[in-house]
Amino acid sequence: MSPFNCGEYQFMSGPKYPGFETLSLHAGAVADPATGARATPIYFSSSFAFKDSDHAASLFNMERAGHVYSRISNPTNAVLEERMAALENGVAGLAVASGQAALHLGLSTIAGAGSHIVASRALYGGSHNLLAYTLKRFGIETTFVDPRDLDAWRDAIRPETKVFFGETLGNPGLDVLNIPAIAEIAHENHIPLFVDSTFTTPYLLKPIEHGADLVFHSATKFLCGHGTAIGGVLIDGGTFDWQNAYDKTGRFGELCEPYEGFHGMVFSEESTVGAFSLRARREGLRDFGACMSPHNAFAILQGIETLGMRMDRHVANARRIVEFLASHTAVEGIAFPELESHPDYELAKTLLPKGCGSVFSFNIKGDRAAGQRFVESLKVFSHLANVGDAKSLVIHPASTTHFRVPAEQLAASGISEGTIRLSVGLENVDDLIEDLGRGLKMAQKGK
Amino acid sequence: MHIQIQNKKTYAYTGGKAFNPNLPTVILVHGAQNDHSVWALQSRYLAHHGFSVLAVDLPGHGRSEGPALDSVEAMAKWLLELIELSGVQQAFVAGHSMGSLIALEAASMAPDRIQKLALLGTAFPMKVSDTLLFASQNHEQSAIDMVNIFSHSTNAHKPSCPGPGFSVMNSSMRLMQRISAINPEQVFFNDFSACNNYSNGEKAAQQVQCPTLFVLAKQDMMTPAKASTSLSNAIANKQINIIDQCGHSMMSEQADAVLDALNNFFKA
Repeated sequence: MSPFNCGEYQFMSGPKYPGFETLSLHAGAVADPATGARATPIYFSSSFAFKDSDHAASLFNMERAGHVYSRISNPTNAVLEERMAALENGVAGLAVASGQAALHLGLSTIAGAGSHIVASRALYGGSHNLLAYTLKRFGIETTFVDPRDLDAWRDAIRPETKVFFGETLGNPGLDVLNIPAIAEIAHENHIPLFVDSTFTTPYLLKPIEHGADLVFHSATKFLCGHGTAIGGVLIDGGTFDWQNAYDKTGRFGELCEPYEGFHGMVFSEESTVGAFSLRARREGLRDFGACMSPHNAFAILQGIETLGMRMDRHVANARRIVEFLASHTAVEGIAFPELESHPDYELAKTLLPKGCGSVFSFNIKGDRAAGQRFVESLKVFSHLANVGDAKSLVIHPASTTHFRVPAEQLAASGISEGTIRLSVGLENVDDLIEDLGRGLKMAQKGK
Repeated sequence: MHIQIQNKKTYAYTGGKAFNPNLPTVILVHGAQNDHSVWALQSRYLAHHGFSVLAVDLPGHGRSEGPALDSVEAMAKWLLELIELSGVQQAFVAGHSMGSLIALEAASMAPDRIQKLALLGTAFPMKVSDTLLFASQNHEQSAIDMVNIFSHSTNAHKPSCPGPGFSVMNSSMRLMQRISAINPEQVFFNDFSACNNYSNGEKAAQQVQCPTLFVLAKQDMMTPAKASTSLSNAIANKQINIIDQCGHSMMSEQADAVLDALNNFFKA
């Protein structure tokens, strides 16, 4: 083959990148060079020896790549980070202590006192708390908008707006984020789009391919998949041109001006497409310190190896259960975008052709007590505050997470006294349907 | 830093230290559809170990004003102007892929200005297949994908580049996309055409007098090591370093091995 000569390949039919399942098993990992171990070892070491003083200095000064201290990087975590970057079609990943830590790291890398965020109002409660209350205490303001109202996103932009933020499937109504349309508004205004893709995982949706620039996951959920490790992953798509935005608007000096905290480094010069993740690691992980344990990285990697197979089963089970609930007389409404009654039915067909995950809410006829009776009578579903487990989970917000909230305030949040949230797991679906049928019968007994 | 060359704003990354023309100067020249950032680790190390560094963005690439120059010879003249205008008497010049042809041609044009020459991922002739040329002009993403896949020997780089957590292949793809986004005037096709049309390689190599290092990669599918033979045979004062477990994107696939090869060669 002559230089540059790939003439025997037809570009319309190849060469090809590895498929999702192959990347899930192999991306970022090699057999351990020291031992030959095929599974990714847990490098349970706080620190890593230098070869000599020059090697040490060059690692600290980003002249050579390598590991220094596990708060900043760790070989096990790096496999997880590089695998998730590959699966999401991003340039880099950062493994952190939790999904909340990933959201905080993403925002704090580019926003500071005086910054402004535009966010969907259909968010997980923890994300809402961070944006509405905690970051506000540090001088970062957020405007919440109806995620379906594109004009609202545009109208909320201020000169100091640093990022748009939303969830691929919003809480609690599974609003499908119109990533292409919102990204277009963001990019017209030199603003990146940051997306929480926890409910969809890269198997069901790759936000970066639709226009998002930054993505995070609560890896605790479907990525880990077994309800064991707490963790988060932040992915830099490498798509947003920070330098161009800085030149046009003056925003993002964090990435485009010399950073005193790292020898005057200008991250956008250092890496044309990886400036964000360089700063997130060199500042955010270094200084905020919300790193992931390599034990947790290992557990999450084990989950990712079977992510595609599990998501297919989660989706199939969820579809059967939605079908069952939709025909049940004790059920008033189901928020699931694959139903024609859902306002994002058409958008979901476009963005989520493989399925809309397996976390959704429905309403039981009756009051709070009916919801309590339902939850307490289930035997296969576990009553707890988590989602994305191999085991099926259930929670009744009006008697748990929102138990102090009056009915009228619940309604404003899109929650009724009879709202039930399910996270459908991988059990035999007939057993799950039988369990739910029993619960619905018990819920109606007290009427 | 920025410098005016041929009345165009030109950018060169200086490795995180201010440029000082009185120090031994290393000039790093990237390949087709790339920019200075492909030399991220090497440029930063050299700049902190006794050299001044200019990792250039060629005209029309990255931060340097366009249009892109359409021949290796024109790019070599541009490179010599850069050396002149930056106040450097003699430079160490390293070029990768298309950049290696530019460095080679410049060394033959002005032997007195180039003290040592490093040719990475080089080949002559650097013929580009009709398929790839066509794709670069008409289906650019297909060309990016082809080059990206053929340029990497693995999808697991340890400890990755420019650091842990990076996907080297995705970063390479994103950089090529960015080059086009910044300058939509078909830089990829321009660069590939320049490589394809360059015919002076052997003559240029015969005129090279300075010490020359060939850095080649054992798994390089773009410029296989053997494809540099016509050049290495023509240069008497040469060293050849072949890196194992490495493809064409050698500065990121084997960052330390490339750095050590360059540092040892320039310091010797």
